[in-house]
Amino acid sequence: MKKTCLLAIISLALASSLQAGDISGTVTLKGTPPAEKKFEKKTDPNCGSPEGSTHHYIVGSKGELANAIVSLKGVTGKSTGSSAAPAMMDQKGCEYSPTILAVQTGQKIVVKNSDQTLHNVHTVPGAGAGNKEINQAQGPNAPDLTYVASTPENFLMFKCEVHPWMFAWVSVFDHPYFAVTDKDGKYTIKDVPDGKYTLQVMHRKAAPAASAVTKEVEVKGGNITEDIALDAK
Amino acid sequence: MGTGSQFNSSLFRFACLTALATLALVSIGGLVTSHEAGMAVPDWPNSYGYNMFLFPISKWVGGIFYEHSHRLVATIVGTLVVALTRWLGGRASQLPLSLIGAAELVAGFALLSVAPKLQGAGHFLSGIGVVVLLAGAVWVRNEPAPKPLPALGWLAFVLVQIQGLLGGLRVVLYKNEIGIFHATLAQLFFVLLCAICLLAGPWWQANNGRFSTTPHHGPRWLAALVTAVSVLILGQLILGATMRHQHAGLAIPDFPLAYGKLWPVTDRASVQLYNQHRLETVGTNAITGAQILLQMVHRLVAICSLLGVGLCAWGASRTFGHRAPLSKLAWGWFGLICLQALLGAATIWSNKAADIATAHVVVGALSLAFGGIMSIVCIRNLTLASGNVLPASRTVAESSGFGAPSPATGIHS
Repeated sequence: MKKTCLLAIISLALASSLQAGDISGTVTLKGTPPAEKKFEKKTDPNCGSPEGSTHHYIVGSKGELANAIVSLKGVTGKSTGSSAAPAMMDQKGCEYSPTILAVQTGQKIVVKNSDQTLHNVHTVPGAGAGNKEINQAQGPNAPDLTYVASTPENFLMFKCEVHPWMFAWVSVFDHPYFAVTDKDGKYTIKDVPDGKYTLQVMHRKAAPAASAVTKEVEVKGGNITEDIALDAK
Repeated sequence: MGTGSQFNSSLFRFACLTALATLALVSIGGLVTSHEAGMAVPDWPNSYGYNMFLFPISKWVGGIFYEHSHRLVATIVGTLVVALTRWLGGRASQLPLSLIGAAELVAGFALLSVAPKLQGAGHFLSGIGVVVLLAGAVWVRNEPAPKPLPALGWLAFVLVQIQGLLGGLRVVLYKNEIGIFHATLAQLFFVLLCAICLLAGPWWQANNGRFSTTPHHGPRWLAALVTAVSVLILGQLILGATMRHQHAGLAIPDFPLAYGKLWPVTDRASVQLYNQHRLETVGTNAITGAQILLQMVHRLVAICSLLGVGLCAWGASRTFGHRAPLSKLAWGWFGLICLQALLGAATIWSNKAADIATAHVVVGALSLAFGGIMSIVCIRNLTLASGNVLPASRTVAESSGFGAPSPATGIHS
């Protein structure tokens, strides 16, 4: 009887320690963002539309902010990147899609070329970040390119010098607890183990890494919702 | 030095053609950086896997057009310089050229076979080795050009090869520092070719680079000032190259103020705010406080250069008279510097429009070349005036009118 009780207590303790929940919510932008800039794409007739526009702020009618990166701050050494599904990045109409991506260290980033033109895929890590700078050619119908970041970094740049208006940013974490907001400003960080955390929100323009907005949260045996507002600069 | 009878008009024209081709190369190099296209062709010396001379024109799109054109024009300039070296050096240059060409060919093939990682350098060396070997094989038994032209030819020969190698290594090693050095060396190389044109030209050959048959008693400070200002302009061009090769766009978007102030705030929070307010249309790096300060120093040196060249022009006019060709040259230099300052401002006002930024690079190169030529002429005449003069019966006024006395001032040039 004693043995059974002890086993039951241990099982209960283990189960409770393994409990996890999702953190989800909406990121919004307060204030009016600056107008996006137009650029010409005429130097390559294979790019489709002769004109494009920047996508620094993608904001919904109620201020829902896309492309904000929400993550848990201070969590390290938990990367499952090597077994995670590859993150996809496409080059279409001579623009990157998506322009903001978040991955884990060791996770593959697969770069596809859907255009009927030449691209060069050039990664430009920040000074001292430790990730590898590469510059590879990718022609039409060429095999996908793969890039793996080895160290955490905020906003690692991918760019194409054939089409200088083409650039995207990839944030690299050494844990799986992050998400990028969709066009409705929504995010979900899945399976966060119970505990107290600092939730941080970064946006390339509204909240760069050095001034990321943070919020203390606690996951306790279930899902929680945290909405966060950023100020337009 | 040579005399008037040694002037070789064909050689002079060929040297001018090489200098013009180099200016064109500097211009295309400016277009490459202005369009942020330096890495548009990831491999070297091949282009997207093709031999660079066989790369289909249909693929010269976007940034590839600028980078690939730059490479092709560079090979033309390289070939011209090798030919110029051969011509300036005369038949005595045949053997060394043949030996160097053979050595480069062997070294190139050796690199290709033993060091696959250095394939680019191997192809480059073997390619240029063939050109040099051919130049050495040209069986024209011409006399060497007057001293120091053969030596200057050899200097150009060495520099053009270093320059080509630097351009390639910048691409494959991803080093902005190499880009800065490559851009600076390009400017100096252009000055060298302009100096060759000056020394091989009719005026220098006829008059031994002198204004007058008698030692000149003009102020030596003018020669020192012209040289110092030329060095200052070189420093300014290095600053410009450093700014361009940071790939960060305009560090300060307004002029004449800087972020609305006489001197911009560069603390961390302010710089972050500047970056947040920038809505980039090209993939550029974030700006830093150091880059803002760099642009401020560039502005200050621009003012010093403007004043310095103005002082040179004023000094030349006072010394030689307004009508003396050297004075006119100095005022031409001043005009060029004024244009350069205007282009610098226009680069900011146009948000670094590629054509304006490129014009700023080209006029910068011309300003330095003007300064280099002025320095050589002034040093020749104002500091070394005591020896090696022409016979009293021949003056520059007779032969080319370069340094005619100024009736207005009565000062003999």
